[in-house]
Amino acid sequence: MTPQQFRDIAYNGLWKQNTGLAQLLGLCPILAISTSMVNAVSLGLATILVMAMSNLAVSALRNFIPYEIRIPVFVLIIAALVTVIDLAFNAFLHDLYLVLGIFIPLIVTNCIVLARVEAYAAKNDALTSTIDGVMMGIGLVWVLALLGGLRELLGAGTLLSGIEMIIPGASSINVFGDDYPGFLIAILPPGAFFALGCLIAAFNAINAKLAARARRRPPPAPISTDAPPAEPAAAN
Amino acid sequence: MSARYSATRTSLRTAAIMLVFTVVFTAVMASTYTYTRPAIEASMQDAQMRLIDEVLPPGSYDNALLDDVVRIGPTPALGLDDGGRIWRARKGNEPVALIVETAATDGYAGRIAMVVAIGTNGMLSGVRVTAHKETPGLGDYIDPKKDRRKDMPWIGQFAVASWKDVNTAEWTVRKDGGTFGYRTGATISARAVVQGVGRATAWTVERQDALFAAPAGSTFGAQP
Repeated sequence: MTPQQFRDIAYNGLWKQNTGLAQLLGLCPILAISTSMVNAVSLGLATILVMAMSNLAVSALRNFIPYEIRIPVFVLIIAALVTVIDLAFNAFLHDLYLVLGIFIPLIVTNCIVLARVEAYAAKNDALTSTIDGVMMGIGLVWVLALLGGLRELLGAGTLLSGIEMIIPGASSINVFGDDYPGFLIAILPPGAFFALGCLIAAFNAINAKLAARARRRPPPAPISTDAPPAEPAAAN
Repeated sequence: MSARYSATRTSLRTAAIMLVFTVVFTAVMASTYTYTRPAIEASMQDAQMRLIDEVLPPGSYDNALLDDVVRIGPTPALGLDDGGRIWRARKGNEPVALIVETAATDGYAGRIAMVVAIGTNGMLSGVRVTAHKETPGLGDYIDPKKDRRKDMPWIGQFAVASWKDVNTAEWTVRKDGGTFGYRTGATISARAVVQGVGRATAWTVERQDALFAAPAGSTFGAQP
């Protein structure tokens, strides 16, 4: 794989084709779990794991999967991987498992996983597919972190609450002090839509600005001018 | 797939491949399940023990609490549709306290599952909410993890309540003429918890001796 390929995959996953802001796939878990930063990032990390592993498995097996039954096989692979991750979480990170609860199994219904498998892993080799899964996942994590942080900050006035379940001894940051009355709607489901809407608007605004700047920039060293250099006039 | 394969052969081949995938991935799941089961059971026991430690001081009993359990069938008085468990704490074979699984069915958003520890003298030593769907940031202070008053969580007031000192009509929030406090703006959650704890305590105190006498692991009230 060339560095250029890697850059393209990373740029697609982290920004251009961002799962949360551009593709808008898998909104159900994204909106439901982003009530606090820690929950959101934990779900994002679980998604990275699932996407990397399912992209890897599918791209490695892609030559054995008949085209006609590819979707059932993909679903089977993803479901098996999610079950494995679910059991592993339950066994080794039990406190986090209690928080994420039903959302780990929900990754299996997250269409972004199936979408990447179908659109990318089924056509590319194992290494690039795995990197694509990781980059898509990281793209989701930063959006989830922002969304969770925004909702938690507005809704409860804290940041990183629940961090002690992941890093024992760490404590949350109480940004607005103990008297902050809370802004309930930010934590309730409608708040998820408002917050995500604002993020998408910002994403589109930044993209529009970047596009405008690219247009204004003088074109790189001219290869040919509009009018072809005059041919030496043929003698009449 | 080249053209020399007939439709039947192609279908059979596809079906066989699907079968192989199913078998392989089922095997992966089954082995993970077998491998993680001991750890999952251990962490479930840990979580249960931690919960019990929160409602009953660990030093106040000396039996293997998690094994000294009585099951109860569906009991409307405790809000249990599917039954639940009662752990029995003893010190030197003398009964100390009962830890009862119960639920309030009239929360703002459905059931509120709780455990209540009730001493033989009718003193409550603690209550914890184990599952609820109350409004985040409003009614969820019934769970001390979500309670903003970390120094004096709302649920802590049960630790000093006694069945004998509070008469039946007063097992509710102050707004209804009861004994128990609540946080402004979310009375329903608090009322459901207080009344649920009251019902559970009444039920348990009445059957205390029979509950302690039942053999460990048996189902209470079931016909032998």
